Amino acid sequence: MAQHGPAPTEPATAAAPEVSLTIPVAPEMEIVATAQADALGEYMDMPRDKIDEVKLALVEACINAFEHAHTEDNQVHITFRVGGSAGEWLEIEVRDQGRGFDAEGIEPPSPQKTFQERRRRGWGLHIIKSLMDDVEIASGDWGTRILMRKYK
Amino acid sequence: MSETCKVSVERRGDVAVFWTDGYINNQGGEEIAKEAYSELDRGARALVMNLEKTRIVNSIGISILIEVLEKVMERKAVLAFCGLTPTIDKTFRIMGLAQYAAIYPTESEALQAVGAPA
Repeated sequence: MAQHGPAPTEPATAAAPEVSLTIPVAPEMEIVATAQADALGEYMDMPRDKIDEVKLALVEACINAFEHAHTEDNQVHITFRVGGSAGEWLEIEVRDQGRGFDAEGIEPPSPQKTFQERRRRGWGLHIIKSLMDDVEIASGDWGTRILMRKYK
Repeated sequence: MSETCKVSVERRGDVAVFWTDGYINNQGGEEIAKEAYSELDRGARALVMNLEKTRIVNSIGISILIEVLEKVMERKAVLAFCGLTPTIDKTFRIMGLAQYAAIYPTESEALQAVGAPA
C-alpha cells in the first residue's frame, strides 16, 4: 500500500528484535545487505526459496534508493526485524533521506510495455510487491521508507 | 568484496552454451550481452544460458537479458535458459522474459530442445 505525507514515526513492530545496517550508495553494496537477510533467514529456519525472494526484494529496494533517491548523506538505512512468537516472519525496513517520489503515480510495468514499447525499467517496486507478503511504501520530501515482510 | 558475475561460453556446433557464476546486475548483464552478441555474430543459431550458479538476477540484469532476447529474435535465433532457482524463474515470468524465451530445468534438456550436437 503506497502512502504519502509526513515520515512515519513508529515502525510497525517496535518490540521485535532487530538488526540495523547502513550502507553507502555504491555499486554492489546491496549485496552486503543481502548477507544479513541470508543470515537471519537461516537463523529463523526460513525455507531457502523464501530467503532468495527476500534477498531479491531487498536488492530491488536498495537499488531503487541508489538510483532515485539522490540522498544528501549518500546512505541507505536498513533495519531487519524477526517477529512472531517463534520467529514467524522477517520484516525489512529500507529508508533513505532522498527526495522521495509519488509511489501511487507510478505507472505499473507490464511485459507488453517492456517488449513492445521498449520500456524496460521501473520493475523494482512491482517485483518487491510480488515477492513479499506485506509491503508498505511511504515517500515524501523527507525521503522514502519501504517496509516489507515475509512469513516463513 | 566483489560479486561480479563470471561468464564462460562454449560452442557445441552452432549452439553457444553460457555458464554464469554470481550476481547478475548491470555489469553481469552487460558481460553476458557482450558474449551473446559475439556468438550471434559468429553464427550461433541458439544460445543456452545455464544460471545454476547464479542466485540473484536483479531487474536491471533482467532488462539487459531482454535486450539480448530481442537481438536473438531479430537474428531468428533461439534463447533458452536452464538451472534457474525458483525465485529467478518467478521473476523471469513476472517481467515477461519467459513469454519469449524457453526455460528448461536442466542443461541437458535445454540442449536437446535446441538440437545441440551431442
